[in-house]
Amino acid sequence: MELELLTTTLARALAFGTPLLLAALGEVVAERAGVVNLGMEGMMMLGAVAGFIVAAATGSLPLALLVAMLAGVAVAALHGVIATFLLANQFVSGLAITIGGVGLANLLGKEWVGKPLAAPMLPFDVPVLSDIPLLGPAFFTRQYALTYAALVLALVVWLVLFRSRPGLTLRTVGESPAAADAAGANVRRVRFLAVLVGGAMAGLAGAYLSLAYRPAWGENITNGMGWIALGLTILALWHPLRAVPAALLFGAFFTLSFRLQAVLPPELLTLLPYLVTVLALTLIAWRGGRGAVGAPEALGLPYRRGERE
Amino acid sequence: MMRLRWVRRDAEPPFLTFGVSAASFLLAVGAALVAFAAYGLDPWVAGATVVKRTLLDGRGLGEVVRRSIPLLLTGAGLVVALRARFWNIGAEGQILAGAVAASAVALFAPGLGALTVPALFAAAFVGAALYGLVPALLKARLGVNEIITTLMFNYVALYAVRWLINGPWRGKSVTGFSYSDRFPRETYLSVLDGTRVHVPTLVIGIVLALGLTWLLRYTRLGFSIRLLGEAPDAARYAGVKLLPTTLALAALSAGAAGMAGAGEVAGIHHRLIEPTSISMGFGYTAILVALLARGNAWATLITAPLLGWVLAAGDVVKVSLQLPFQLTDVMTGLTLLLLVASEPLLTYRPVLVRRSAPPDTNQASRPAPRASGSE
Repeated sequence: MELELLTTTLARALAFGTPLLLAALGEVVAERAGVVNLGMEGMMMLGAVAGFIVAAATGSLPLALLVAMLAGVAVAALHGVIATFLLANQFVSGLAITIGGVGLANLLGKEWVGKPLAAPMLPFDVPVLSDIPLLGPAFFTRQYALTYAALVLALVVWLVLFRSRPGLTLRTVGESPAAADAAGANVRRVRFLAVLVGGAMAGLAGAYLSLAYRPAWGENITNGMGWIALGLTILALWHPLRAVPAALLFGAFFTLSFRLQAVLPPELLTLLPYLVTVLALTLIAWRGGRGAVGAPEALGLPYRRGERE
Repeated sequence: MMRLRWVRRDAEPPFLTFGVSAASFLLAVGAALVAFAAYGLDPWVAGATVVKRTLLDGRGLGEVVRRSIPLLLTGAGLVVALRARFWNIGAEGQILAGAVAASAVALFAPGLGALTVPALFAAAFVGAALYGLVPALLKARLGVNEIITTLMFNYVALYAVRWLINGPWRGKSVTGFSYSDRFPRETYLSVLDGTRVHVPTLVIGIVLALGLTWLLRYTRLGFSIRLLGEAPDAARYAGVKLLPTTLALAALSAGAAGMAGAGEVAGIHHRLIEPTSISMGFGYTAILVALLARGNAWATLITAPLLGWVLAAGDVVKVSLQLPFQLTDVMTGLTLLLLVASEPLLTYRPVLVRRSAPPDTNQASRPAPRASGSE
């Protein structure tokens, strides 16, 4: 009985942590290149609505996922141009994208509210692995393909960032753009591409919610998850592999808060994950001492050749 | 062959600053007209309806002012925070914190007589300031990113208010709905006849905008705040104390938002109600109010009514034109985006240079010492 509680909690944590992981991975890539993207929430919303509309209209899930990612990329391109080519304030730009993106997504999705998806993404049991005791029900039973894709992506992002030459360039651009520039890297292009990758991941995270997890469209479907993903990025110390347990932890927290319904009123449970994000960031900062821990040196700073940083 | 180069300006030309803000806003208005057309309406007729129902009609004008009030208080406070580059995105939650504190006084502290209304606003200021101090403390002491913490606190406040109106503060005389009991009469703020313009809050807002302008310009705290934002390193050498300055500016900014929340519950709703109906995104729109004011608290006297008009127009769009009100969010986001995208024009001057010269020897842009990023 207790074991069953543990395995279902883990299973739900994985399902709920998936969009957080996807979005956090995207933010890790962008921030490692030195660009803060506060537009995650807006990009997730647009990905969710674009994916849903395409899936509802065509019935094709691959096409829906592609369009969701492209929606994220399109908005990310706006942010990328403003942050890397115009060298303008990336905090305001991201915020504008979240405000406008959430509004636009709700606008576009208005007539789809409450309409179920005819052919949503279905959960499945992984053959063989789902028969393993404990691990099977926890991680390989009734999960979505996107969940495994997210885990594989964490590995891929890690490999690219820390085990490849382009990844080294990307991290150098985030740590010391002047040095990267001197070494022949195209700082603006690297940053721009990193932001686009972040947008694609955000779009995918949104699509997971509207095509698999719910699967339906509802107003404010992401409900602050994009912001929690930003917190997760810090919590994971900008490391793609550490983002996995961090996302699981938050997923578990969301799930457990539902289970505590008998003890605490539902509204207080809903606010806990947001409070825990603040607490987690505080603990990280506390343990690491003053200042940000392991943040890329040039995070949030525009780069212009010939100017001091 | 000519080539475009961007040369750093010595100072922002004031006319251009104004022009860029105005152009961003007008472009967003243009986008709204395009949106009307996309929904199959004649954009000019629809636009005229919006203008008529918001500006040329007493009730409509009242709605514009009513929405400008919380934007004015919150926006003026945010100017102070942004001046120090303290990114307070938590005004939405701070408005709610103020509304809760004011409701506590209204519901549970009867018999204050003539002091009732001042007590409401004082409680709201203190309650919201305390709420705003937490992220400031975390930022100043531990370096925790204030953007994320203030934003998370918006959600915390939202669900906390929902809990209050569904649980402990749920009205005894209320059935079927979630809100508190009605406030006693003496807490009602006086309004202009036939409108929902609550005068005391409006007066506080105007005084606040002017008072904060004075504070930023002429006081030691104002100097510290400006220096902290413009040159944090220099601020340290000049003896500016990070912790008390950050706490003071956060308290001012959050407290101002809190009084806006008090105005909404005591001036309009007369109860603590559903949080999204108390604030309706004022805290986020106020960021645009503050950014458009470009660091001048007095300028919120212009930018708050401007955005108040946008919000009131959103109502007309919904009620009279039967279009989704989310159009206003898209417009707000678009204005912000245009505003930030045009920023380089203020810091850099475009000049045409001959291409034949090798780009690096003909260094038109001289390296200028920069405060902290070219934001």
